This record gives sequence, C-alpha cells and structure tokens, in this order.
Amino acid sequence: MLRIECPCCGPRDHDEFRYGGDASVTRPAHDDPDPEAWYRYVYVRTNPAGLHREFWQHVTGCRQWLVVERDTRNHAIASVDLARKLSARKLPARKSPA
Amino acid sequence: MSSNHKRLSMDGRIDREQPVEFTFDGRELAGYRGDTLASALLANGVTLVGRSFKYHRPRGIFSAGPEEPNALVTLGTAGRREPNLPATTLELEDGMVAESQNRWPSLAFDVQSANGLLAPFLSAGFYYKTFMGPTRRAWMFYEQFIRKAAGLGRAGTDPDLDRYDISHAFADVAIIGGGPAGLSAARAAAAAGARVALIEQDFLLGGQLLAEPSDSAAAAWLRQAVAELESSKPVTLMKRTTAFGSYDGNVIGLVEQRDPTNPQPAGEARQTFTMLRARSIVFATGAIERPMVFSNNDRPGVMLASAARTYLNRFAVLPGKKIIVATNNDAAWRTAFDLADAGAEVTVADLRAASSAALAAEAARLGVAVRAATRIVDVRGGHAVRRATLNGPDGQSETACDLVCVSGGWSPTVHLTSHVGVKPQYRDDIGGFVPGAFPADRFGAGSMMGTYSTADAIGDGHRAGTDAASFCGKSAPAPSPSKLDLGETAAAPLYEVLPAGRGKAFVDFQMDVTTGDVELAHREGYESVEHLKRYTTLGMGTDQGKTSNFAALAAMAALRNATIPETGATTFRPPYTPVAIGALAGRAIGHHFKPIRRTPMHDWHMANGAEMLEVGLWMRPYFYRQSGSDVNEAYVAEMRNVRQAAGLMDISTLGKIDVQGPDAAIFLDRIYANGFAKLPVGRARYGVMLRDDGIVFDDGTTTRLAENRFFMTTSTAKAADVLSRLEFLLDTAWPDLRVAVTSVSDEWAAMSVAGPKSRAILSAVFPALDVSDAALAHMGLLESEWEGHALRILRLSYSGERAYEIYVGATAGEQLWGRLLEAGRPLGLKPYGVEALGALRVEKGHVAGPEIDGRTTLDDLGLGRMAGKRTGFVGDVLRRRPAFQALDRQRLVGLECLEEGKRLRGGAILFLPGEKPYGHGRGRVTSVTFSPERDHYVGLALLAGDVASEGSEVVAVYPMKAETVRARIVSPVFLDPQGERLHG
Repeated sequence: MLRIECPCCGPRDHDEFRYGGDASVTRPAHDDPDPEAWYRYVYVRTNPAGLHREFWQHVTGCRQWLVVERDTRNHAIASVDLARKLSARKLPARKSPA
Repeated sequence: MSSNHKRLSMDGRIDREQPVEFTFDGRELAGYRGDTLASALLANGVTLVGRSFKYHRPRGIFSAGPEEPNALVTLGTAGRREPNLPATTLELEDGMVAESQNRWPSLAFDVQSANGLLAPFLSAGFYYKTFMGPTRRAWMFYEQFIRKAAGLGRAGTDPDLDRYDISHAFADVAIIGGGPAGLSAARAAAAAGARVALIEQDFLLGGQLLAEPSDSAAAAWLRQAVAELESSKPVTLMKRTTAFGSYDGNVIGLVEQRDPTNPQPAGEARQTFTMLRARSIVFATGAIERPMVFSNNDRPGVMLASAARTYLNRFAVLPGKKIIVATNNDAAWRTAFDLADAGAEVTVADLRAASSAALAAEAARLGVAVRAATRIVDVRGGHAVRRATLNGPDGQSETACDLVCVSGGWSPTVHLTSHVGVKPQYRDDIGGFVPGAFPADRFGAGSMMGTYSTADAIGDGHRAGTDAASFCGKSAPAPSPSKLDLGETAAAPLYEVLPAGRGKAFVDFQMDVTTGDVELAHREGYESVEHLKRYTTLGMGTDQGKTSNFAALAAMAALRNATIPETGATTFRPPYTPVAIGALAGRAIGHHFKPIRRTPMHDWHMANGAEMLEVGLWMRPYFYRQSGSDVNEAYVAEMRNVRQAAGLMDISTLGKIDVQGPDAAIFLDRIYANGFAKLPVGRARYGVMLRDDGIVFDDGTTTRLAENRFFMTTSTAKAADVLSRLEFLLDTAWPDLRVAVTSVSDEWAAMSVAGPKSRAILSAVFPALDVSDAALAHMGLLESEWEGHALRILRLSYSGERAYEIYVGATAGEQLWGRLLEAGRPLGLKPYGVEALGALRVEKGHVAGPEIDGRTTLDDLGLGRMAGKRTGFVGDVLRRRPAFQALDRQRLVGLECLEEGKRLRGGAILFLPGEKPYGHGRGRVTSVTFSPERDHYVGLALLAGDVASEGSEVVAVYPMKAETVRARIVSPVFLDPQGERLHG
C-alpha cells in the first residue's frame, strides 16, 4: 500500500513502480577486480528493522530510478530522490571540457 | 409456501409491502425486503440450518451479524455458487437459492453425525497423534474419508459468471462503522469541513440502534442522523461495505455488495473491491457479544441475547415463546424485557448474586422471572432446544424452553486496528481487550474502545470525528451532538468459565473446538495462545473466531491459573470477513489479467492459417496449417523449406533499444561480455550480457548505426528487464556516462528472410537497393526507406542459413510482409512459425531461453571465448568464482538419438549407461528437434563436464512417459560447423 512521491510525477501508487533492491550497498567500480567487493555488493544485506534505502523505478511513469527511504516496519516513506542525482554527487568532479 | 408464523404483526424495519421469495434446501419460503436470510428463516420457523465441521452436530442461527459461526450456507448454483456465507449477513433477495452445508443425505438426517461417536478420535491434535509413527500408513487410507467428512461448504467448479470491479477512493476522514459512535463521528467530521467516507457492512445504518424498538427515541435519533448525513455533501455513505483489512499508508480494503433493491442495471458488479486511502481514520467498529460455555451450548435455539433482540425489534420475529436469558451482565436484561413485552415467557438466569434495583423493578413489572447467582449448565434437544438445566442457590433444576439467549459480556471489535500493529490491551473494568495506543492519524470511538453506553458512545464519536478532521486541518466549529440516553447501566460482566456438564461444551462452534480440547492442549503443554490456536484449530474457521476467542482465552487462563492478560491474545490478520477472490481480481481476469500483444502482422497470420502460440504476452505464429496437419509435421516441413529455399518469420517481438550518446560505445563495452567499442559503423555483433553474479542474463545483436548511436535487440522474453537494467546502471552506477536508452520495440515491425534464396527475394522487393554480398556482407547493415517508411536491413542469421532481418516502420509491417511473400513465392518463400524457428536454432547449436535459464554461465554455454581476457564488464569478476569452474559443472553439449523410432524430449534427465535412473542424474536435455539434416532427433543438453566427452553415450530418462533412450554426446553444432551456408 505504498505511495511514492515521484520527484517527476508526484505521488503515485506503488503498482507503477518496480523494486530494484538495496540502495545502501556500494557498487564497486566497473573495473574493480576484487571478488570480495563484488561478493559484498551482490550478496551481503543488513535487513534492518527501520529505515531502509532502496531503489525503485517508476516504470510506468517517467522511468527514473529513485532512491526511497522506507521504514520496513510500517512502510512509512521518509524521503524520495532521483538516483541519478544522488549517484552523481559521489563522482569525482568532472573536468569541464573548457 | 410456508407462512411467516414467527413474524409479529407489526413494527420492525422490514417492508411488508414487498414480499421476497427464496428457497432453502429446495423449500420455497418468503420473507420481506429488509430481511436477512437468517431473519427470514427464523420467521418461517426454520431453526436447523447447518451441520458442524467435525462432528456434524445440528446447528442453528446464533447471531445477527458477521460473527456468525454456525449458520453458513451456500448461495446460488453453478457459476454463481458461493459457499460458507453467513445467513446473518445476506440481504434477502427475490429468487435467492440457499442451501445448508456439510450434511448428507439431508440436513435433518445426517449419517455422519455418527462422527459424534468417533469423537474420542477427533480431539485436538488427532492428526498428529493418531497417524504418526507405525500408524502412518493408516493415514494414507483414512485421509480421504476424514477429509470428506470434515469441512464446510464445497467451492463451485464452474467459471464465475458474475462481474467484479475494483476502485480507488480517497477521503480526509474514513469512519468505519455506522453505529451511534460512527454516525456521531461522521457528523462531527463533516461539520468540521472534512471529506468523509462512512463505511457500514450492513444495508442499514445504525449498528446496535437497529436493535432498539422502531418507535423508540433511539429510532428517532437514528432517523435524524441518517437524514442529516444523506444530505451532507462531503459525506459518502458506503453501506453494504465491509472494511476487511487495514493496511499501511492508511489504506482500508473494502468490499461493497451490490444493492439488490436497485433494479439491476446491466453489467453492474456483484461486488466492488475498493482501496480507500484516508488521511485519518476513525474506528467505530463496535463490539461482539460473547457466548457462554456450557454443555450442548451449540444446539439450535441457543442464541446471543443481542441477536434475539435484533430479530425481535429489527425484523419483527419472535424467535421463542418460552425463553431463558442466561447472562453475566446488565445488557442482556434489555433483551429479556423486550421479549417479555412481545409476549414471551422469560426467565433471566444471572451469574451474578445481585442486580440493580432498577432492573429488578422492570423485571417485576414485565413479569420476567429472575434467578440470581444462577448458571446454565446444560440444554437438551436435538434440532431445537427443549429444556435447559439451571444451577443456582436452590440447586439444579430443569426448565422447559424453546430459546436460550446467552450473553457472556462483550468483546470490542479490535480486528482492524490490530491489522496494522496496534496491540490490544486488557481492561479489567470492562473485562475485555481494547486497542492500545493509536498512531496520530487513527482514532477510536464507542464500544470498540470499551465505551458501552449509547450516550457516551455518541460523545466519544463526536470527539473522535472532530479530532480526525482536525488532523486533516479541518476544524470549522461543529455543533455539539444531539443527545440520546438509553439508560444502559455499565456494570462489568462477571466472566467465569463454567464447569462443563455431560455433553460437549463448545468454545469455537465453527471449528468444533470444545473445552475438552482446550484442556487437552493445556495438558500436553500447548499453553501459549498461539500454540493453543494451532493445536486445536481454534479461531481458524471462516469466522476467525469472532465469538470464540475470549472464551478460549478465559478457559486457558483458568487452567493455567493465570489472568487473561497474562495468557495473551492471538494476532488478528486480514481479512476480517472472507473476501471472494473474484472481488480482489476485479476485471483483471482472462485477457484483462494478461493482456495480448499483437505484432503488426498479426491479422495476416490469423487470415492465413497460422496456429498461434502465447509467448509471454505475445501472440506468435506457432506453425502454419498449410505446412502440415499438426505441429510435428508442419515444423519439419517449414525447416526444410528454409534450408532448401527460403522462409519468412515474424520477429517483431524482439526487444529493440536505441542507445545514443557520446559514451554509448563505452557503455556497451561494460554491459556486454564481449567488446563493442571497436565495432565499425554499419556492422552488427552478437552480444551476451551477464548479471552481476556472473550468470548469463540475455543475448542479442547490437548494430552500430553511427559513431554514437547503436540499435540493440534483446530476446522477446527479457526486453523489459534489459531496458530497466540499462537504465538502472546509467542512473545509479555510471551517471557520468553520457548515454540515453529508449525502447523502440513498438516502432518497428521486424521480419526475417532466411534461406539460400533470401538474397534473390530481397533484390526483387528492393530493386533500388544493392544487396550484393559486397554491399551487404554477413553482419552488415543497410539503412534506407521503403515506400516512405524507415527501413533497416541487417544481415544476421539465427537458423544458420543466409538470412536478413528486415525492420520497417510498424505501420508498414503487414504491407512489406505481403510484398515479400508475393515476390518470393516463385522462389519458394513460405512463412514459418516459432516451432520451426526453435528447431532451426537447435540444429545450428544456438542457445536460447531453455539454456539461458538464469543458472548458466558463459563457460557453461561454451561462450567463454566471447569474453576472452576482457575485464571491466558486468559480471566479469563473479563469473570467475571457483564454484563456476568445478569440473562436474553442467556444460552445453549436443545429443544425438541413437535408437530407431525413439525420440529425445526436453526435460529428460541424463544418466550414464548402467547407472540407476534415480535422482537428479548428470544433467538434463534442454531443447530438442527432429533434424531433417540428420534424419533423427537431436538435442541440446547441459551435462556434467567430467562425463561430457564427445562420442560417449548417455541415457536420457523421461519418467513422465516412462521413456528411456540412448544418446551420443556430440558437438552442439549439428549443421554446417564452418558456417558456409551463411555466406553461400
């Protein structure tokens, strides 16, 4: 019975979204050769009772991937943001092509 | 037709101008509009309405609401048959066909009531004890008889003929329950300016007020309240609507019954499932009266006191003439008074030593006999009570009677609030569980909060309605509620578990759980309520133990010498009352559940003898009837035609994704296991994608249209998943890559021309294009236009033959398809279906869905060389984990059938010659086809690497058909290993 406030489309029923897994795990760089890092990213989860950051995609709407903070105990949603915006923040500053 | 001989001549909330005819077990009976099935049966003197679950004991009507444990009927016939409906909630309808349940050959004479004699074997936990250990085999034998004997109504087997709808509704304040508290809350919230939805399961508003005489002050108050709400714009009154579940996000699940008094407009839904989302919720769900536990307390004619009052005052039915009211509280006295006033001879047996002077005076005035400190211990009578045994200060005595009204106090209806985790708390002063602390957006009012007097419930409701509206920011000043005082006294019930007499004393009527079962559970250590519930099946019936829960708790508490709160309560879960699956499905049935996707050439296939096959949502040509009389004949003919001349295949279902941007090539290099950065413009490449865990995800071809633009195709099945995955990686992992991906699946019609004559056909259809091998080599691209539509020709082959994939604007698909066939006919071009397509690729040794099954790696599929020494692509690291390198890991091999007249089958399990064919074997056959080239069956299989040496033999076992066949391990490429046909 979730309703997700999509930053592009407004509050929408969760039928319109696709769940995309845990957003709190860090994906290794594409060329990271460390099997341990990939193992942790693919298989290790904390399963918290409480706030959980997770990916949702607005598949029948704007198709943006979102990061949703959801309380696993009662489905209360604390925040919704565009995944692209959050992940772009983590990048080293790109040199402007000047 | 039977007369309404138990019906009083006046009063009640029934419409005597509108008789309603119905049948019960084939008997034609009549009632009135405003009746329930239960009230109409009682009016006709029908007291025996069903047989019990285990013991087949006769049962009657026990309540007047959704808590009914006994009077369950099956309604309707054939495609409109629905079992296990409480007669007490069914609004009487003209032509209603009702049947009693769990009886054979008839309700009055039931053979299996002999189960009562087997009772010692049917006690709690008997399944576990009787049939475990050495007697386990006996269970195999007896199970069928026990399953047949135990049970409720049988579900229908015909498709449901009725229609159901689903709707979404929104409100500021949702109020659940249309009794005095709910009505008062609705008036207050509406006056404050909130948008209100008032939900009531009954077809009349009023709740317990409906049990008040129709000429009383309560009736007048109710009329005024309802009139006011009906004319109030922001109020939606939802009658015949059950709130069956309360969910997170302030969502209430509702099921609304069709209004049978409306002349039925065509197509109206029988039930509507509504998801109501409210900003705040007022629970005013009332309370359910508790039964008393004594010997034979399940006999027809034993009824809740409040129900008797409802039948009398609301339905004008006097259910008995000589009545005993057994109670532990004040409320049931009102039933006694009203019954006496209607002419019955009434005795009150009150468990308590003293009652209030006011009650005693009223009893005296109405001639009601009162026996204080008296308990009921037994009743007699088979299909109806005849005598009751009372035990009081003067000793034990039997009294003749035809109705026993019982009241063990009240249990607040806390089911819905419990659904979302508000834990019930025990209140000593009322002797019952009320909801614990609510979250800020939820409120409770009236008897569900333990407020049992009408005057207080109205005040309570007003407060809750005001608060709930205020939570939504609506706080216009509301007038104070109009008062109604029914003078109820609020003495707490005296709850005791009575010692059982000789007969069975039931705690749970519907599941046939007795005090003896609770004692047994306790003796055997199942003391926790959750264990008690599962060991005895207590509360697990369709009524969810609405009347049984408290009695069982009290019984267990007494046995454990503990208090009721120490003993605890079980968890309530949705649904509050059973919900038809049809209502949850709504219109999403058949192809509305699973929509059909049609390709642009669909109509042509239908008009030209295609046998269609559902592939996911898609309809695809399976084979064409002109090719053969059945699929096996047709696909082989279609294969031969492709290999010898040319075939035309509709491949529009492939996923198509447009990939653009300055970093598009880098992106493809990361998502495919094989490289794309060096792919020249105008060339296509087969690519395989992995998942992060190193398992193969999907395959397809991607073509470089321009330096920064690619055209990707995916398998039909994975089209949506692949797009979503690409978007995921771009949004979450690599936001620095300047790439956009867009589905263009529906923009293009796609068809494949395959076979040695394919180039000649293309030359004929596109005379202006140069399709020579020099201009369009294998894996080449040609972009152009055809009759004003975009056209892409890719020279790709799936079948192993020279072949071309032709993409054209979707609207021109059928036209180009027709043109190709017309021009190709002299050269032998014929359409072929997916069966032949699959067979062609098996012969060529290409993997597809059966091999890319979410468990196989590149190496398993023999594609490891595609990745070579590359790194940095999705799945690269984990595909190299040691477990994937194990010697006995199953790898792709080819199989050749070695036995004349036998065949290979997909799914067959592989064993070594001489091995016993048990267990999982060494591998499995994934895809098979008859090979016209080899003139026998060939197949692809996944076989343990340590035994998969080419040339050796395996045995393929197919237990479903008891088939065993010898096969030889060979290369999976059965045809043209050098690829000469692709170019020739």
